[in-house]
Amino acid sequence: MTRILFGLVAGLVFGCGLVIAGMSNPGKVLNFLDVAGAWDPSLIFVMAGATITTFIGYRLAWQRTAPVANPTFDVPSSKAIDAPLLAGALLFGLGWGISGFCPGPAWTALGMGATGTLAFVPAMLVGLFLSTRTDFVKNKMAT
Amino acid sequence: MGPVVPTDFTPWMSLAGGILIGISAVMLMGLLGKIAGIAGITKGMMSAVLPMDGAPSDWGWRLAFILGLIGSPFLIGAVTGEMPVHTVSPNVIGMATAGLLVGFGTGMGSGCTSGHGVCGLARLSVRSLVAVLVFMASAALAVFILRHGAGGWL
Repeated sequence: MTRILFGLVAGLVFGCGLVIAGMSNPGKVLNFLDVAGAWDPSLIFVMAGATITTFIGYRLAWQRTAPVANPTFDVPSSKAIDAPLLAGALLFGLGWGISGFCPGPAWTALGMGATGTLAFVPAMLVGLFLSTRTDFVKNKMAT
Repeated sequence: MGPVVPTDFTPWMSLAGGILIGISAVMLMGLLGKIAGIAGITKGMMSAVLPMDGAPSDWGWRLAFILGLIGSPFLIGAVTGEMPVHTVSPNVIGMATAGLLVGFGTGMGSGCTSGHGVCGLARLSVRSLVAVLVFMASAALAVFILRHGAGGWL
């Protein structure tokens, strides 16, 4: 129950951050990406604020031996710069640039029910599911 | 894709929002020991109903986190008295295609703007830095083509 409550509060704080930052608006995100046109550099400040806060906060959190409600800090161990990383990032960027949505802002927009959002979110879930199926195929082939 | 609506440069609001995003990421690490990657959280949440190979299965807090994301604009709306403004393209085929690319790409590349962007960069991960540079470049390329190249057909 504690974990559910922590998840909910963290999600609300994250979402409010996205909204206040303007990043929940795909129009603003596309303008950030449109360096040759209606460029709006605001999102540099979102990334800077978020990354610097996280950089400092992580180091404070890691002073503890374990998180409050989990046995371990589950930090990714992979350092590989491989084909799935590069191809995945490339495809994600194309979708982000077409729509102005990355996963977080797509969720915050969902309840406001714009037609484009209602087309985007289910397709994103299908895409995530398919990505796990390709891993499945790959693993099957390897064994 | 869709009309170009100019937006104001909002450095202070964007910085403040970014700091909130950072606070949330630190909460997830300090409380639950998890990376605040929305693609990964979504993937783990889906393991409640679908076989998501390789994804974590502790879906309870993940579902709660996503519900928090969905609820946040309503919280802001209740506090300020107006819902946040957002412009979304009405092109259903374009948006569905983009959704597929975002879902598949973040699943395959193990992260998105938050997981590789915010959390990966904060961990000083070279792998995440490479991912960020690649998706920033391909996103800017997609926008350039749609707005300045073959714009108008999508």
